[in-house]
Amino acid sequence: MDGITNLSRRAVLMGLGAGTFVLAGGLADGLGPVARAEDTPKKYGGDAMPGGVKDDPRLFVAVAPDGTLTILCHRAEMGQGVRTSWAMVIADEMDADWAKVKVDQAPGDEARYGNQNTDGSRSMRHHFQALRRIGAAARQMLVQAAAAQWGVPAAEVAADHHSLVHAASGRRLGYGEVAAAAAALPVPARETLVFKDPAKFRYIGRGDVGLVDGFDITTGRATYGIDVRRDNMLYAVVARPPVHGGKLSHYNVDEALQVPGVLKVVVLNTAPLPSGFLPKGGLAVVAENTWAALKGREKLKITWEDGPNASYDSAAYRAELEAAARAPGQVVRTVGDVDAALKTAAKHVTAEYYIPHLAQAPMEPPAAAAQVTGDKCEIWGSTQAPQTTRETVAKVLSIPAENVTVHQTLVGGGFGRKSKPDYIAEAALLSRAMDGRPVKLTFTRTDDLHHGFLHTVSVERLEGGLDAKGKPVAWLHRTVAPSIGATFTAGVKHEGASELGMGAVNTPWIVPNLRVENPEAESHTRIGWFRSVSNIPHAFAVQSFVAELAEAAGRDPKDFLLELIGPARQINPADMSDSWNYNEDPVAYAYDTGRLRGVVERAAKEAGWGKPLPKSQGRGIAAHRSFASYAAAVVQVAVDAQGKLTIPRVDIAFDCGPVINPDRVRAQLEGAVTQGVSLATLGEISFKAGQVQQNNFDTYEVTRIDAAPKDIRVHLMPAAKYDAPLGGVGEPGVPPIAPALLNAIHAATGKRIRSLPIRDQLRA
Amino acid sequence: MITFTLNGQVLRFEGDPEMPLLWYLRDVQGLTGTKFGCGEALCGACTVHADGAPIRSCQTTLGDLSGVAVTTIEGLSPDGMHPVQVAWRELNVAQCGYCQAGQIMSAAALLKDTSHPSDAAIDDAMSGNICRCATYPRIRAAIKRAAGEVQRKTASGGSAK
Repeated sequence: MDGITNLSRRAVLMGLGAGTFVLAGGLADGLGPVARAEDTPKKYGGDAMPGGVKDDPRLFVAVAPDGTLTILCHRAEMGQGVRTSWAMVIADEMDADWAKVKVDQAPGDEARYGNQNTDGSRSMRHHFQALRRIGAAARQMLVQAAAAQWGVPAAEVAADHHSLVHAASGRRLGYGEVAAAAAALPVPARETLVFKDPAKFRYIGRGDVGLVDGFDITTGRATYGIDVRRDNMLYAVVARPPVHGGKLSHYNVDEALQVPGVLKVVVLNTAPLPSGFLPKGGLAVVAENTWAALKGREKLKITWEDGPNASYDSAAYRAELEAAARAPGQVVRTVGDVDAALKTAAKHVTAEYYIPHLAQAPMEPPAAAAQVTGDKCEIWGSTQAPQTTRETVAKVLSIPAENVTVHQTLVGGGFGRKSKPDYIAEAALLSRAMDGRPVKLTFTRTDDLHHGFLHTVSVERLEGGLDAKGKPVAWLHRTVAPSIGATFTAGVKHEGASELGMGAVNTPWIVPNLRVENPEAESHTRIGWFRSVSNIPHAFAVQSFVAELAEAAGRDPKDFLLELIGPARQINPADMSDSWNYNEDPVAYAYDTGRLRGVVERAAKEAGWGKPLPKSQGRGIAAHRSFASYAAAVVQVAVDAQGKLTIPRVDIAFDCGPVINPDRVRAQLEGAVTQGVSLATLGEISFKAGQVQQNNFDTYEVTRIDAAPKDIRVHLMPAAKYDAPLGGVGEPGVPPIAPALLNAIHAATGKRIRSLPIRDQLRA
Repeated sequence: MITFTLNGQVLRFEGDPEMPLLWYLRDVQGLTGTKFGCGEALCGACTVHADGAPIRSCQTTLGDLSGVAVTTIEGLSPDGMHPVQVAWRELNVAQCGYCQAGQIMSAAALLKDTSHPSDAAIDDAMSGNICRCATYPRIRAAIKRAAGEVQRKTASGGSAK
């Protein structure tokens, strides 16, 4: 129960008042972040996020009299290691002793803590510099307090591993001993902060800090949303309309109520389309334990009214997408004259790629507990988006968002699914229906697959022209996919700027004639974010097609890719019709082709590109920039006579700028490699008669240890200076994996697979 | 009435014998270290030991447990220092961590029977446990790291189960 006891422990600590460094509870209104950056016409990065970035140390740091340093993390921990990395940065800038560091989890409150939405590979990218400021300010306040106590100039006092030292007199004080005095000092202005010399970092960029949640996780004490227990708590599951947009028609609950332990069946209203984050409605069974609720749900007799998506059929929909991709569509980027160049090209290559819907399927299915008391609601839940949760719960309960308290538990895998708080809103509605008793709502795995916010489905059609020497002269890409925007706004039929900016428009190719089109696609289910989002289909198609063009040109795929990238240069993403650029400054975060070249060359070198392999083995390469980071992978495959695929080795080179926690960056990339393999080899959610056809991990298969690459080698590019812009880490490892794998299969077998998943396409 | 042992404590259960052990552990006993992942013995998140052998608690009813000694992640070691737990921490295996209790229980059972498992033996014992974060390379490495230690502790009468 540590995720929960942490909260109360924090309350006690802060409550010590004079004995603590930080008086978080007494922070006056209007104190805001220290020395706000000058307002500029357009904000980027964390400053552009709702709630912005806060860097007031009094919000995030507390030092107890015994020296215990409590650091508040406001990001969701879902496996990226952010609770560890977050604390590392503050502790290092404070020159704190890691053994004395405790990490607490902030509740959802963006007005207070700044933006907490944990997705988009943004935690370190948006907060590293703010965390340094927090740590540096806290250190300087401790130094000042010690200097005042000794009556010496602050310049003569140094922080030294949880102590303040006055070298001239040999005096020394622990952080805890001056914490109360330091807390009373004003927070130093931003321009007066002096950062630690990176050469003296103890934790940042080093690999010897263990996970702060490691002990709890390995002993079963870690608390996820599904583990929450409250006094007097009830347990619920919901029977939801099997077709998106459907609703209850007739039902009989008599048999369900006969199941021992079942207390009540509650009707949940269905939100009109587009339903956004709101629950799908249906019948909820509330019981004394989860098993009774599940048994009760089996006994419900329900006739559904299926609504407008009742005919959604994945095979028919694929044909629609293909037809759309074979006709001109909305032009979203154009350079030169592609049509003329294709007509006169010596070679004209055309390929269509298909990638189906995918489900995030985090191992912890969506789950949360809620308790409604009058016009207030308390949530204990597994969410990537505590503020969105507050707003959504407030909406369904018709109460102010400030009245919703979200206690953030550990998140048992998110991958984008838990950015959507539909399940938490259900829990809140059920607590109200049960007269304010706490209710824990659990999705089964089937609920998770049937009632998700799925990764889009897409057809990507590419045409390329080569001149007589094999040089590329034309590039035409039509990307057709239902948009995430359609989940929130009626009538959206085109990919949004963020989706197109995930590798469709922003290809830096040296090709004189280039056009990207986005024909219409209608959405028939809830589309949402899935780790790496539209980078997955775009990189899959684009990087497969680069290898196909290389083959047509009779060239080595790596050499051809490097020529297509061209010389090292900084491209303003807007010059590639990418108006989004992950909402980062287009100058500071220009598209750097030198860095893309760098990872291609590094991956190829480390993998032994070009060295002979045994028969029926092959290597494939792919590279992609996403979330402001650069990744290239070389996948090595073996395909036996029966068509059985194994992946003996993967090399992935990665450039995310400064590396804060190398062990966690490596771990994210190790995971990304196998998640990429999983979606390429097995991943598919399909629909018939409007309903998802996969029910559990037997039909929605994911890669297990026996099929995962056994030898994954992560190559981090030499870290940039710590004041350089940071790229994202959680997602950018995924996109190059599928195309590198497919290119490797082609190298090994001559077979070009263009339709995912691979499943048994290699079987003889 | 069903009598069985849970983490060393003798329990008598008088409820519905069809109740899955998983929900009994989580909702009745409050032992939430054992996780729900699929409900159909497909993912291994709910793995516990029955008389030392790994079982999926979502497919084991209380009626199956008469006279059986059940060990959950909470009872694997008194202090969290089982060699598998230690190796898991030393290699920072976990990402989200949700499946890791099940992984650790499967790995501990494997090492009890097989002192130095081959890659094939690890695949065989661990392929029932899904990790969606895909921590598999570190799971494999941690099992190998723990292997020698489990045997050493067992031989010297230590606490490894």
